[in-house]
Amino acid sequence: MAATDTLTPDASALRLALTQVDPARRRKDRVMRGLIYAAFVLAMIPLVSLVWSVLANGLGRFDLYFLTHSMRNVYGGMDAGGVYHALLGTILITGLAALISVPIGILTAVYLVEYGSGALARSVTFFVDVMTGIPSIVAGLFAFSLFYLVAGPDSRSGFVGAVALSVLMIPIVIRSTEEMLRLVPNELREASLALGVPKWLTIIRVVLRTAVAGITTGVMIAIARVIGETAPLLITVGATDSINRDPFEGNMMTLPVYVYRQYAAGLVPCTPGDAACIPTINYDRAWSAALVLIILVMLLNLVARGVSRWFAPKTRA
Amino acid sequence: MAQRIDVKDLNIYYSDFLAVANVEMSVDPRSVTAFIGPSGCGKSTFLRTLNRMHEVIPGAHVQGTVAMDGIDLYGADVDPVAVRRQVGMVFQRPNPFPTMSIADNVLAGVRLNNKRISKSDAEEVVETSLRSANLWNEVKDRLNRPGSGLSGGQQQRLCIARAIAVKPQVLLMDEPCSALDPISTLAIEDLIAELKSDYTIVIVTHNMQQAARVSDRTAFFNLAATGQPGRLVEIDDTSTIFSSPREQATEDYISGRFG
Repeated sequence: MAATDTLTPDASALRLALTQVDPARRRKDRVMRGLIYAAFVLAMIPLVSLVWSVLANGLGRFDLYFLTHSMRNVYGGMDAGGVYHALLGTILITGLAALISVPIGILTAVYLVEYGSGALARSVTFFVDVMTGIPSIVAGLFAFSLFYLVAGPDSRSGFVGAVALSVLMIPIVIRSTEEMLRLVPNELREASLALGVPKWLTIIRVVLRTAVAGITTGVMIAIARVIGETAPLLITVGATDSINRDPFEGNMMTLPVYVYRQYAAGLVPCTPGDAACIPTINYDRAWSAALVLIILVMLLNLVARGVSRWFAPKTRA
Repeated sequence: MAQRIDVKDLNIYYSDFLAVANVEMSVDPRSVTAFIGPSGCGKSTFLRTLNRMHEVIPGAHVQGTVAMDGIDLYGADVDPVAVRRQVGMVFQRPNPFPTMSIADNVLAGVRLNNKRISKSDAEEVVETSLRSANLWNEVKDRLNRPGSGLSGGQQQRLCIARAIAVKPQVLLMDEPCSALDPISTLAIEDLIAELKSDYTIVIVTHNMQQAARVSDRTAFFNLAATGQPGRLVEIDDTSTIFSSPREQATEDYISGRFG
């Protein structure tokens, strides 16, 4: 520390001012840092434990047989049965719901951002906010009663379920697309208009094209939100043990309803000594179906990330 | 390829607010006309009325006539989209399309209009436009790279190439160098001097040396006070404006005794 000794009094005062840390501030920093780490760990605990328990309980029955067989003619504690009909139903119904709500949602967002002003736009925004808070069971009842009025009491089908899910999806798609469209710099719209490109082509080729990565993410979030819905599907689609490929006719099974029904069936009362009877088979199937649902959502997210990366604006030369 | 513009009794409004009042001027073909004046005096607003970009802003409208070769651009049967194909525009901040490559940016005016163009024609348009914008030699080996990866000055020249690729009659520039360093500014100014043999150029600038360097004629805009409409104080040959302006306000502004 020879250098310090030779400092002038002014310089050592400056040195002190530069090196001394306010102990109260340091304490505050430590406390806040601790709180932030604790909050992170707290948030991770349920997530990790959820993934862990689904994996631990669900991997046992998760195989190709489980994915490719339905529950037709499966009863009691039989070591059989699978999730194929429910997986098919979930994909068909959620796909139909996306087919209905993505165009409506994106077009509404385009209206709000590019055209809307005044009372109509304000009221659309307000009702979209209200719709975001609709309980899913209400959406189910709405779709059910709508089709009850139109097609009579025997109107249960995958399509009715898709309508119920779109009631839940549309506000999410509108909201996220709207945010993304507002992020597109106005300069790009002006650049396009100044080139003599009409407004509608500017919206399609520049605004939507620039925002497509964000819009895809928003659509995926909306799908992930409704793919696990149980209550509205119980009302509108019902349940079945057989494969139904026609979403416009008859009951269909879906993954969440499958999980619910299997779990509700509970333990199988096996006759003692019956080796072919597995008492916990219903629980095992429920866990495996839950695992299938989580994997499905994860796959969809991976696809969306790929789409986002492919379409995202490129900045590096 | 270049037309004259005659503006008569032009009043420009944002909703009810009169932003620029009573503009009367002529812009000669194949010349550079510079607009100078303090911030908020309506130079850019007026510039944007020359290709009807003004009315993109909700509530904005004009009274009076802007005639290109005798045809009123605000006539009832005139399509604003067609006007913008004849009167191109370069903005203050370089704004290449981030989703497009350099070549696609140049072709944006064609491609965004869903027009088909053969590959050889496209290559030719890209090369001649980039050559006209003095950018060809810098980017010819990376035409398929994103346009937003270029430097600011290169991006601005890319925007100029994009504007002239649709073969306009007139080129409007709204402070095209204000976001650029002196070397890029020099490149753009040289480019303006070359382009004026083919195009009628109108440029808004805050840099009076730039106006003196690049323009043939200079228009000075001013406003009496905030909230008052901006007005065209005088327009004359650039040498006259900078040596012996008719109005005292012009002399005060260009000699820095303003306000």
